Amino acid sequence: MSFATNDSATKQSAGVAITAEEIAESGSTASEAVANYAVQLGDDALMLGQRLSWWISRAPELEEDIALGNIALDLVGHARFFLTYAGTAWGKTEDQLAYLRDEEEFRSARLVEAENGDFAKTIARQLYYSFYSYELYTRLVDSKDETLSAIANKALKEVLYHQDHAAVWLNRLGLGTEESARRMQAGLDELWPYVGELFYDDENTAELAGQGIAVLPSSLEEPTLERITRAITEAGLEVPTSPTARGLDRSGATSEWRGYILAEMQVLARRYPEAQW
Amino acid sequence: MAENTTTLAAVASEEDAAGQENFDRLIAEDSRIEPRDWMPPAYRKSLTRQVSQHAHSEIIGMQPEANWITRAPSLKRKAILMAKVQDEAGHGLYLYSAAETLGTPRDVLNDQLLQGKAKYSSIFNYPARTWADMGAIGWLVDGAAICNQVPLCRASYGPYGRAMVRICKEESFHQRQGWEILYSLSHGTPEQKQMAQDAVNRFYGPALQMFGPPDEDSPNSKQSMAWKVKRFSNDELRQRFVDMIVPQAEALGLTLPDPDLKWNEERGHYDFGELDWDEFMSVIKGGGPMNVQRMARRVQAHEDGAWVREAAAAYARRQAEQNQPAKTQLIGA
Repeated sequence: MSFATNDSATKQSAGVAITAEEIAESGSTASEAVANYAVQLGDDALMLGQRLSWWISRAPELEEDIALGNIALDLVGHARFFLTYAGTAWGKTEDQLAYLRDEEEFRSARLVEAENGDFAKTIARQLYYSFYSYELYTRLVDSKDETLSAIANKALKEVLYHQDHAAVWLNRLGLGTEESARRMQAGLDELWPYVGELFYDDENTAELAGQGIAVLPSSLEEPTLERITRAITEAGLEVPTSPTARGLDRSGATSEWRGYILAEMQVLARRYPEAQW
Repeated sequence: MAENTTTLAAVASEEDAAGQENFDRLIAEDSRIEPRDWMPPAYRKSLTRQVSQHAHSEIIGMQPEANWITRAPSLKRKAILMAKVQDEAGHGLYLYSAAETLGTPRDVLNDQLLQGKAKYSSIFNYPARTWADMGAIGWLVDGAAICNQVPLCRASYGPYGRAMVRICKEESFHQRQGWEILYSLSHGTPEQKQMAQDAVNRFYGPALQMFGPPDEDSPNSKQSMAWKVKRFSNDELRQRFVDMIVPQAEALGLTLPDPDLKWNEERGHYDFGELDWDEFMSVIKGGGPMNVQRMARRVQAHEDGAWVREAAAAYARRQAEQNQPAKTQLIGA
């Protein structure tokens, strides 16, 4: 099947934009290696979507309930695309992957698993993740894997808005009041040690990158950090210098957060694993 | 001095008389009152209260459903629920904007909510305990809201009526998604069907009470109908809702918890049993299971966000100053 690649996300009709259902029905089957890569991308989006969705009904302004909710909704959408595609390798659905995998089977980075904290910390995470994912998707659109390329193309249009949202708030908080600058700096500092994990080259991804299918994570480090550094500096804040936290393999071996997220997210689906919802 | 005051009062009253005449004519013609038109102070006050209460209901109403976003049992359901709760925040925004055209700013209306001076729909003071409650809220609560709100699209106050047109379009999606959740559950495992039935049992009575007290106990309705804000009485709307949901419940394969519910051939409507109005009054007065928690969460979100709003305001001021070279003010010149 072919996916539309031209229109902007906001101008696309529902009939033109790709859906998780279309990926499932397309007949394209991911290889084991591609599926493992797709799981990694999908898990990042899912965990962040899950975390962000907590803000709906708790944000500082109604407009932010809507904005953060909308970003979370986009991310859950990205997760659905990637997990649906990954599932084609194993005969599993997106929901079987999201709801019936155990902690050690997830491949999310700790950055997206971290607790929301205050609004500034949430914005810090949005800054790091949206700038990273922008760099990722601008390259993944050229993937030799047609489905990954189509997903990246759709996601990229949305991530542009996510970046904009994060950058605007970084400025408002960095250049707002003394308190907001202090909190924004604290949020940036607290999450900085987990940024490095995004750029770790695991064996599978490195191999796929060599075949022109995946994007080599380490290749994203310089462009991402260069732009993040500029944004932080322009907001009158300091680029953190703390070391990267050990444990870069996304295995969950160094995360205490993942279990709590899954306990909440999976509770109902696990209680009735055979049920359709 | 005394003479001047008398003259001014006379002019004002002449203006009022002309304004009242124009207002009465617009209402009689079934035409629309717009923000700049003269309107009786009681009309302005009553509409401000109604529209802002409606807005508050949308905002508090986000909470019971947001409660299930993180636990939704499939990714598709999660996405749909997020979109729905987002719509509710959007409805709150349109409605606060409509209320602002009557002269009261959004932050004042918001303060009234936070200080407990303004009401919101009592239905949201009930807990959303299970996933099936997402279905029952969509089907029954949004369904009742639609019955109430479709006639409000023709409300005499223009901005309110126009806001309702858009809101009703989205509400009808919400109702369908609720019905569809319940349909999946009632056609699923026995445990799922039981979950659906339990949710319907809990939400049926409170949903019927969303139309307000019986007509004989609803003194404000008459004036509101004379102003053509409200078009049908509480009891008329409640009957319309019951007539709508009975066949829908049958299609779901679920029962409604009312032994007196039966078709009345003569009236051409379903008869239904007396509702528990003592419970209704007690929930309105703050005694519902969730009144305190709903308010506490709204107040906390507002307080936790104070520093963010201050920062945004400070940043906006700074930007405005930078974009517009400061003018030298000669104080006392």
